Amino acid sequence: MAQIIDAKVAANLGLNAEEFEKIKEILGRTPNFTELSIFSVMWSEHCSYKNSITWLKTLPRDGERLLVGAGEENAGLVDIGGGLGCAFKIESHNHPSAIEPFQGAATGVGGIHRDIFTMGARPIAALNSLRFGNINSEKTKHLVKGVVNGISHYGNCFGVPTVGGEVFFDDCYNQNILVNAMSVGIVKAGETVSACADGPGNPVLIVGSATGKDGIHGATFASADLTEDSADDLPAVQVGDPFQEKLLLEASLEAIKTGAIVGMQDMGAAGITCSTSEMSAKSGTGMIIDLDKVPTRQEGMLPFEILLSESQERMLIVAKKGEEHKLFEIFDKWDLECEHIGEVTDTGRLQFYQGGEVIADVPAEPLVLGGGAPVYQREYSEPKYFAEIAKFNIDQITEPTDYVATAQKLFSAPNLVSKRWVYEQYDSMVRTNTMTTNKASDAAIVRVKGTEKALAVTTDCNSSYVYADAYQGGMIAVAEAARNIVCSGGEPVAITNCLNFGNPYDPEVYWQFVHTIKGMGDACRKFNTPVTGGNVSFYNHSVIGDQNIPVFPTPTIGMLGILDDANKVMTLDFKNETDLIYLVGESVNDIGSTEYLRVVHDVKYSPVPQFDLDTEHTLQQTVAGLIKNGHIESAHDVADGGLFTNLMESSIVNGLGFEISTQDGIRKDAFLFGESQSRVIITVSRAKAEAFEAYMADQGTPFSKLGMVSGENAIIDGEDFGKVADWKDIHDNTLHQHLEN
Amino acid sequence: MKFGVVVFPGSNCDDDMIHVIGTVMGQDVKKLWHKDTEALNGFGKGDCVVLPGGFSYGDYLRSGAIASHSPIMTSVIEFANNGGYVWGICNGFQVLCESGLLPGALLNNNHHKFVCKNIYLRTETDQTPITSQLKEKQIIKVPIAHADGRYYADDETLKKLNENGQVLFRYCSEGGDTSETYNPNGSLENIAGICNEGRNVFGMMPHPERCAEPTLGNEDGRILFESILALQKEMA
Repeated sequence: MAQIIDAKVAANLGLNAEEFEKIKEILGRTPNFTELSIFSVMWSEHCSYKNSITWLKTLPRDGERLLVGAGEENAGLVDIGGGLGCAFKIESHNHPSAIEPFQGAATGVGGIHRDIFTMGARPIAALNSLRFGNINSEKTKHLVKGVVNGISHYGNCFGVPTVGGEVFFDDCYNQNILVNAMSVGIVKAGETVSACADGPGNPVLIVGSATGKDGIHGATFASADLTEDSADDLPAVQVGDPFQEKLLLEASLEAIKTGAIVGMQDMGAAGITCSTSEMSAKSGTGMIIDLDKVPTRQEGMLPFEILLSESQERMLIVAKKGEEHKLFEIFDKWDLECEHIGEVTDTGRLQFYQGGEVIADVPAEPLVLGGGAPVYQREYSEPKYFAEIAKFNIDQITEPTDYVATAQKLFSAPNLVSKRWVYEQYDSMVRTNTMTTNKASDAAIVRVKGTEKALAVTTDCNSSYVYADAYQGGMIAVAEAARNIVCSGGEPVAITNCLNFGNPYDPEVYWQFVHTIKGMGDACRKFNTPVTGGNVSFYNHSVIGDQNIPVFPTPTIGMLGILDDANKVMTLDFKNETDLIYLVGESVNDIGSTEYLRVVHDVKYSPVPQFDLDTEHTLQQTVAGLIKNGHIESAHDVADGGLFTNLMESSIVNGLGFEISTQDGIRKDAFLFGESQSRVIITVSRAKAEAFEAYMADQGTPFSKLGMVSGENAIIDGEDFGKVADWKDIHDNTLHQHLEN
Repeated sequence: MKFGVVVFPGSNCDDDMIHVIGTVMGQDVKKLWHKDTEALNGFGKGDCVVLPGGFSYGDYLRSGAIASHSPIMTSVIEFANNGGYVWGICNGFQVLCESGLLPGALLNNNHHKFVCKNIYLRTETDQTPITSQLKEKQIIKVPIAHADGRYYADDETLKKLNENGQVLFRYCSEGGDTSETYNPNGSLENIAGICNEGRNVFGMMPHPERCAEPTLGNEDGRILFESILALQKEMA
């Protein structure tokens, strides 16, 4: 093991020369290989946020409902009233899913649920946001099937319903798919657990699966001489066991009730290293850990392998000294392995032993984000492709001559059709709280048992908008999430985000990142929806030939909303013939960044759809008032695909047709297919039409009558677009045809 | 009438069942831990043990296979043999088939995917405790959520099930058509649920506990719970 540790070894572990010098300075000596490995994972982008934290800190992270600040614990925690808190977070598992879609996606789901129940909250809902490449490629089909199967496998067995999400296809994700998973949990005030290691002398326990060689970043280690042999059998992707996680969930929640737990953190990225250092740093303590006591899956694991293993379904617990037997009893009841592996100390250092000898001795604080981990400012410059966008001129786009055929082509686009093929593979109803199974809304609605409340949850991001204009697109992502919650009858309260970008060392990518954050921040401040946490995933880019192609900047927003009265849910379907259909908000002559431009005209560069934050805010307040006052029968926001698509979505639920007229002075394609923001389709019963119009008169939001719910066909400007049932058939079955052929 | 809901490691519809039986229907219900061989002490002939949905023991080996050898199953089998009511839903149905309390087996869905959605069921008999308040041919909408729900039995068993009126439900269209189009998993003869010859052990893949409250927008499953409770009234 007498290996010379120098800058070259450090570089092989992903540490630059400056970072290597800093480590020597911190330790006052040259680190050994194990210590260097510890720094390398803790200072990796994934754990340290070194290239993003400066900008993340500009996001609004305070609010009267927040029970913990962003980044303080494993997930955000929001007061939902009635003595209950909601823990929620979204996280990416992009790279593992691209390599091994089934296990990559499965362990993504497992990891995010663990973040929630490690805080003492019981997960009650899951969502996911998925981005794939061209649906016609065999590779994409393979990835879609693998990812969906993985989420289904893990989430269904774990017993938490997948209640919502998105699936989006674009060539920019051909090489780099995005798999973002969100979990939402409920915890009683006073039953939360912190990821801390208070109390020197308290025992440290490891619970759950044995530690194996999975998840250690084989590629990094393969180039280091020391590890050439051991690296051969290091699978880079972890393998999940949802059954084990279900046991861990039940046992952990039961263990918390004993009061014998001081702190708890799940083991995800960087395994034991990350949990021991973060918990110690949080409490200003240290730990002595005996690696010989860590249950392993195989003999002869090297110290760095045990420390860096990302084996799933494990927890690190700091117990109250003298009360650990209560925990052993519970974990035994659930047939889970629980080992006493060390003690909390007051040294501020992590001291790992093997064979009775210290094999690594490092201070905890310098390892962690907010402690001594490096922080970088990156250069950024405006992307060159903006010049292409600036050239766009709507007048050069020919209006369709056959609107029925155009609408059909658009409505059949994989991005717009029903994702039934995907979501029917997820158990969406277990725990019997899902209210949107039988009544669809713009957000998923999950009642909170034992209260009158329900949660409204959604994930949103139209990444093509962010590509066109990162600032506006970032705002729109937040605005759309809020709009979906408002249209469902909820009040938006907070967000979690998953920021998926390309290489941060590419100034154009970093430009996208910075401006997205600015846009999100402004929108979050406007809607009073602070950021409670989330994650950043960089390096979602592919090198093809001499081109470095990043994915569209994709800041997935996971938003939480609250309905104080679960009976006040607003649904999106047309209810009755003769109900009047109105558009709340204003149609404009805009087709920028639409699915229509991509699908029908094959236009890649166009401006972001029109959006104004104040207008949006007023619109949402207007819609919230309409719902609260019982003026409307349905609400559905105008989003991807534009008015036609969204009208049809409301129409096909009950097979009720509509008759509408387009508006003079606006191109018909812009009116029907444009995606300009801040618009909501609502229906009003005839009896309430007068009261509705009177109410709207003072709202400061323009509105117009589109037509009425009528018959079984869609009729626009007197032209028959055919039976709603036929449109439903397209909507329901197109994805199936793409994926099952 | 007392209810017990067995909790195997990996059960995940146990809380849902407790909620419906206890909170929605207002009945006396408790959890029965799989290791507790005395959990059924105090349960008598008129009581009901529910084997809930989920992934008992991770469904490793075969769905329901390991659970059927769980310590509590000895008591459950004895309880059933003494005439007690045993009701298995989804994974519970699989456990009942694996343990031999019900005939046949549940194979992997013919499309090899997990499927969760609302389906329609046609009631095949009102002559069982859990269907007594339904009418024959009555159609109810109930969700399914399973990967291994394809009911299979050999010809002789199937013949007996039909002759004895042991088929509880068949998958059908909203209008009651039981053709293959409306078969969500490839089950023989669209069978969604059965009972034993003694008519005290019931197994079904669909989840009535997921549609027993107005808040969830569908109450069609409630009538199964009302049926078994009506029995209690008769006995009283």
